[in-house]
Amino acid sequence: MPVPLIAVAPSALDLSTLTQEVTRQRAGDGAVASFIGLVRDHNQGRRVSFLDYEAYEPLAIRALHRIVDEIGQAWPDSLVGVHHRTGRLGIGEASIIIVAVSPHRAHAFAACRYTIERVKQIVPIWKHEHFEGGDVWLEGATADPDDESAREAAYRIACA
Amino acid sequence: MRVTVRLFARLRDLAGSGELVRDVEGPATVQSVWRALVAEMPALGEYERTMSVAVNADYSRMSAAVSDGDEVAFLPPVSGG
Repeated sequence: MPVPLIAVAPSALDLSTLTQEVTRQRAGDGAVASFIGLVRDHNQGRRVSFLDYEAYEPLAIRALHRIVDEIGQAWPDSLVGVHHRTGRLGIGEASIIIVAVSPHRAHAFAACRYTIERVKQIVPIWKHEHFEGGDVWLEGATADPDDESAREAAYRIACA
Repeated sequence: MRVTVRLFARLRDLAGSGELVRDVEGPATVQSVWRALVAEMPALGEYERTMSVAVNADYSRMSAAVSDGDEVAFLPPVSGG
């Protein structure tokens, strides 16, 4: 079965499979940067038990495609794959994997970092944190894909 | 006309459901759908300044027109990753 470059699903994430697919599509390139986000055991002073990720799946897929398009404009020689997991995830489980490939390392690192920053800005996915003593919905950025200042902030972080 | 309202994360918890079907008077906008919803469930109103909205699974604006059969989603600030 072909591996999609973009996925939002409850199935476990597999970095090696995604890496193989991205590098297969860019055979001959010299740099691969990857990022794995894991469920952390603490957050804002709370001892986390597990996270339950909820997504508005069709829009999340669409937002991820938008990020890939933005990368195509900022670093045209780069290709990115990103898979986000949903549902209940225990401590240490991967919630997101990102693989960026480019001829050279600078653009691979930048595209990888840009992707995670933009995911946190505009992809409609939410963490429901269950901790010792309660639970809380985490709320970060108001998603607005047309907000150029947010996009520029992500770009600056990616290139820092 | 009839629209499907989708609510996520804490908005879904506050409403007690992630999917509601509502009859609204035309011509409708995302804003008018939201106002009717808040009139019905005032607790949702706290999200007016921080939420995002989508029509048929595409980001939209409060001023956007809504047609019969559309899916209108209200999204709290996101926290993926």
